[in-house]
Amino acid sequence: MSGIRLLVGTRKGAFILRADGLRKRWSVSGPHFAGWEIYHLKGSPLDPDRLYASQTSNWFGQVIQRSDDGGRSWSPPGGRPEQGGGESNRFVYAGEVGTHLWYDGTQRPWEFKRVWHLEPSLTDPDVLYAGTEDAAIFRSGDGGGSWQELPGLRAAKGHLWQPGAGGMAVHTILQDPRHPERLFVAISAAGVFRSDDAGTTWKPVNRGLVSRVELPDPLAEVGHCVHRIALHPSRPEVLFMQKHWDVMRSDNAGESWREVSGDLPSDFGFPIAVHAHEPDTVYVVPIKSDSEHYPVDGRLRVYRSRSGGDEWEALTRGLPQRNCYVNVLREAMAVDSLDPCGIYFGTTGGQVYASADGGDSWSAIARHLPAVLSVEVQVI
Amino acid sequence: MIRVVLPYPLRELAGIGGELMITPEGRATLRSVLDAIETSYPMLRGTIRDHVTCKRRPLVRFFACGEDLSLQSSDDLLPGPVRDGQEPLLIIGAIAGG
Repeated sequence: MSGIRLLVGTRKGAFILRADGLRKRWSVSGPHFAGWEIYHLKGSPLDPDRLYASQTSNWFGQVIQRSDDGGRSWSPPGGRPEQGGGESNRFVYAGEVGTHLWYDGTQRPWEFKRVWHLEPSLTDPDVLYAGTEDAAIFRSGDGGGSWQELPGLRAAKGHLWQPGAGGMAVHTILQDPRHPERLFVAISAAGVFRSDDAGTTWKPVNRGLVSRVELPDPLAEVGHCVHRIALHPSRPEVLFMQKHWDVMRSDNAGESWREVSGDLPSDFGFPIAVHAHEPDTVYVVPIKSDSEHYPVDGRLRVYRSRSGGDEWEALTRGLPQRNCYVNVLREAMAVDSLDPCGIYFGTTGGQVYASADGGDSWSAIARHLPAVLSVEVQVI
Repeated sequence: MIRVVLPYPLRELAGIGGELMITPEGRATLRSVLDAIETSYPMLRGTIRDHVTCKRRPLVRFFACGEDLSLQSSDDLLPGPVRDGQEPLLIIGAIAGG
């Protein structure tokens, strides 16, 4: 029987939750890297026991951790003296650092702060990508041992990007499974960018995104506060987006977008996910507003569309329906590949919820973790 | 031999149980001590000082003999009792965060 491994990053460490294929009884191990912020953990699709973690701290900076045994033991790749290491923590922008737009309209030099997202390659177990704050994408070709920036991303009008309230970070990296040379990234607050040559060159793909107040120019190529994008592997040209406000869809790899918020109670939110077996089934968690980061009416509801957007249904069974004022952050929702599809999400209140029936019903599989920053799932 | 006490998160990261005993190359300065630490424990590169500029990270501080050494030149000699191994060099995470 298959098993499930859930990789949970929190404000104060990482936790690994395990269950068998029934997904009813869960064990929790951790905290790993206790006291550190773990922005993201993710396993290689080619070698599921190889995991990567972004361990970060305002005091001690950025550390990349790697496990080759499914999370039982960890070490910084290349961290031992005989490996000549220390490079796995080194994220240096290529060439001239350059500047980006600051809140007051001035230009400000790029400054590395942390890794938000780690994306192992679909085609090579030693290749992975890192999305960073300040926004850039780095590539490692040696399993995380060293990193080189792909500077073409910041060349795509980087001087016009500016931070959102949470910083200016590459928080989403997607690789097209049909055309592995094609990569998408999403940046707050810059937008979506696509590369068709393995990250060498990039172009903004934001036509159709509208932010009337913050970005009055309807043709603005960059400056959009995209919170998350997702795709289904069988139909990678279709992208779904949770924007600062608005849920959006593209049917042409980002060339144009249309709004599919439909009848959602709020179209503000952070995560968005696509069902593992139904490319038109999409999940979001509506949040009241950009100033009130909690569910509408204090009721934690996942919304599911079975029609690729526009029409949404509330999923509430097993979720708190009163006095609930947690948030669900952009990296904190994931789907497994079992049938029925499992859906998982973590909250800023430290709960992790799981559904083993495509979202029809939910149960809390952890209740008292630190604030959850990210959730990834593996079928092993 | 220089005694060095690292903050708990960095001891955990490097797998160090207690004090470090460091023999720096040349003069016993902050720079030479940190160079020696990073040579023995490369996973600590970038956690105490910047990878490229070698500037102290803003929320890391250096203390010894009741003195804050954080703002002194990294090429200044460490205090005599530290050089003699009588007192440790303390590397700490600054009190910050409310």
